[in-house]
Amino acid sequence: MATEKLVSVQVNGKACEAAVPACRTLLEMLRELGHAEVKCGCEKGDCGACAVLLDGKVVDSCLTLAWHADGHSITTAQGLGGPGNPHPLQTAFIEHGSAQCGYCTPGMIMAAKALLDDIPDPSLEDIKRGLSGNLCRCTGYTRIFSAIHAAAQALQQQGTAP
Amino acid sequence: MSKIESPSASASNVNLRQIGKPLVRIDSPPKVYGTAVYAGDLTMPDMLYAAVLHSERASALLRRVDTARAKELAGVHCVLTAKDLPASQGVMTDMPGQTGGMTKNTKQPILAKDRVRFCGEPIALVAAESVSIAEQALSLIEIDYEDSEGVYDPFDALAPGAPIVFGDDNIVANYKVRKGDIEKGFAEADLIVENTFTTQYQEQAFLEPEAALAWVDEHEVLNIRSSTQVVEHYRAVADAIGLPHNRVRLRAEFVGGGFGGKEVMTIEVWLALLALASRRPVRLVQPRERSFLSHGPRHPFTMTHRTGVTSDGKITALQIKLTSDAGAYAKLSPYILLYATVGATGPYRVDNLQIDSVSAATNNLPTCAFRGFGTMQANLACEGQMEEIAKALGMDSMEVRRRNFIHTGDANVTGQIIRSAVWSDQCATQALAALGERPADTQTTRIGHGVACYQQSYGRIRWMKDSSEAWVGVEMDGTVIVRSAVTDIGAGQSSALAQITGEILGVPMDQVVVYFGDGAVTPLAGTSTASRALYMSGNATKMAATQVRENLLGCAARYFGVEVEELDMGDSQVFVIDDPQRSMTLNECVKLCAAEGIHRHNLAIFKAPTSEGIDPETGQGEVFPDFTYGAHAAQVAVDIETGEVRVLQSIGAHDVGQAINMRAVEGQVEGSALMGQGFALSEELILKQGQLQTGSFSEYLVPTSEDVPEIKAIILESRSGLGPFGAKGIGEPVYAPVAASIANAVADAIGVHIFELPITPEKVVKVLREQEAAS
Repeated sequence: MATEKLVSVQVNGKACEAAVPACRTLLEMLRELGHAEVKCGCEKGDCGACAVLLDGKVVDSCLTLAWHADGHSITTAQGLGGPGNPHPLQTAFIEHGSAQCGYCTPGMIMAAKALLDDIPDPSLEDIKRGLSGNLCRCTGYTRIFSAIHAAAQALQQQGTAP
Repeated sequence: MSKIESPSASASNVNLRQIGKPLVRIDSPPKVYGTAVYAGDLTMPDMLYAAVLHSERASALLRRVDTARAKELAGVHCVLTAKDLPASQGVMTDMPGQTGGMTKNTKQPILAKDRVRFCGEPIALVAAESVSIAEQALSLIEIDYEDSEGVYDPFDALAPGAPIVFGDDNIVANYKVRKGDIEKGFAEADLIVENTFTTQYQEQAFLEPEAALAWVDEHEVLNIRSSTQVVEHYRAVADAIGLPHNRVRLRAEFVGGGFGGKEVMTIEVWLALLALASRRPVRLVQPRERSFLSHGPRHPFTMTHRTGVTSDGKITALQIKLTSDAGAYAKLSPYILLYATVGATGPYRVDNLQIDSVSAATNNLPTCAFRGFGTMQANLACEGQMEEIAKALGMDSMEVRRRNFIHTGDANVTGQIIRSAVWSDQCATQALAALGERPADTQTTRIGHGVACYQQSYGRIRWMKDSSEAWVGVEMDGTVIVRSAVTDIGAGQSSALAQITGEILGVPMDQVVVYFGDGAVTPLAGTSTASRALYMSGNATKMAATQVRENLLGCAARYFGVEVEELDMGDSQVFVIDDPQRSMTLNECVKLCAAEGIHRHNLAIFKAPTSEGIDPETGQGEVFPDFTYGAHAAQVAVDIETGEVRVLQSIGAHDVGQAINMRAVEGQVEGSALMGQGFALSEELILKQGQLQTGSFSEYLVPTSEDVPEIKAIILESRSGLGPFGAKGIGEPVYAPVAASIANAVADAIGVHIFELPITPEKVVKVLREQEAAS
């Protein structure tokens, strides 16, 4: 029985292939593909630092086997935008000072993206629930909440789907 | 409104353009875009992956460590145990940094030799072609342990006949404070209140576990790029492995959370050994369950206060006993105990005082630095005792505090005169007022309000003779560079230097590039610990930038035919203040400077105030440069059926001296509010006979987004601190009162104080039942 399988994924819109064994997690595969913005915090699904979007749904990539991502599309924090084309969430995180050490930030932003995709105008309780799988040790979350509120407003004013 | 006591409180800062403003930190965009590089993200060609075997026993002789099968595994490049190291092997864990001083017996084996003293002690190191091969190799290492009697409680460790873990008597450190006349003080008291408070182990729980990459370069220099709070560890690495100091280069990447857990050396020396042995680059990222074993959590403390007070609330005598569990090695326990001792009376003046403190070695996890560094535990007892005194006297607890607050000009625990502003009362009053009206209790919930004040030092212990260097230069095009080996652990350490430099040289901070954290090419700045980074490196950077400004303005003054005082710098322009049309761009000014052969850069050193130590019999002497004061207030709702405590409001009010970046300051207050809430209510490392029972984030419960109360930061600025522009250190101080305020709020809600942290639902239900039975 083959122990490795060629896994084809779209990462941030770009086709990628990797031969990976069955036990390889999506987190490990993404980092081996150079996506160091996907952070490893616990490898147990406790902290959310490794959160990415799998076909638009937020998952802990440490709990997702790479084989399960075969044929699917993945979005990481870098796929959301960058200095030239920041996503409103990124703009808001920067302006609100939502990142301190920054290690939870890429995963936090992906959880926030999934939340706003589901609930474009979230209440504070919605935001708290939406981020409940993502730990942050530095900020007390308050500036993350305010950034998500601001991003939600910006997205609604843009009139585009988040 | 209370009288403002600061000697310099009236100094105006209206001329500041950037300082104090909530500007975007220079490190924010890369962190948000996911382009910021952390040590575990680094790769090199031919890189190997490390793994570490930690002891499974807490107290045992190592009868046999057999690595033969591990070494034979394909893909394994080296396996190291104590046998591969010289007999004298060990790494010093004394306070590193700019001081070079070693004062305590803090040598710890790099790898356990013939005995393990705690569960988690490193025994073997592996470097292999992949993480999975390295892990497989660990499983092939055979160890025969012979269990020996251990000791797992500091009081047991201090009892006669206890198994010896450290030295001759398990005493890692002890201090005495003798001040005034304690007997006379108790005789004058109308009432004596005695209580014992205990705190638990707290894990730093930084999101980024320990990570580093090491290799030997073409110049035979051992390079380490690490997640560390201390670049100066390169010296300890060099000493530990027998290299000259100039052959080890340590570079600190962005640190994904430190909180003290990356203060003492963690994994750097292991990687140094593996890189030297394999002659390949080697990277290690500790898996989370091993991270729990790799640094050293907060010390559990037992703290007894016996306080004599007059009927109008004045403290006449105070006798304090502090005992901390140091675990199996000294690490920073002596210093942490000193901080606890100095902080034991909180922000209060006590003239008749006796403190006896001791840190005992056990076979538990070695404990070490964690935000607050002993002061916050000591403060918890002090502030809980304030409430109990008030209750016994039938007085308002703020009134008791007011009658005892230390003031500018008073002597603290060690006889050091407080010279900066002490705004404890203003801070506490504002924090309490911000809680607003108390919501009504319901049938099953009780609402409580609590407050706690504190005194926390910033800057390192004076006899460490701390200093920090910084370099500031202007390029020919008018752009600005700062070089400082300060480590950036997430609180905005590097960004603050850009903001200070931008202020002095009149350039937007985002146009300043800060090179930081490189022990080889940036001037050494000391540690990002002890709430000292802004105080020390901010001052050094301000000094360097000010000298550059003087050089540039000197050239411009000659050019315009005016005095230097008539010139100012702003928006990357140099201009005549009264005639702004007469101006030149910064790069024109720099060219003038260059043509005249005048330095466009400066290397400055800032030196902290020093002293020679304390009297061992009385504990008297100057210990710290200065202190920060403030308060935290909390509103809680206690469910009297389930015992669950919910924090509804959490408000920190602090005199920060001068905010450099207001948003970053508020961020420190907000983060500390939740971290302190975790300590008060949910976080606890549980050890059974030295074995960690809570080694994951599903067992060790840090607060999540759903636990967040309404958090507010109230920032007061006395501009009386020793830092740049009158700033005080805040990273630790803002954390110091949080847990105490929550514990006090719970006591207010249910009418009985819980003396043992964390305040879990079980403990709440238990005291409520006891209360019910008693009535």
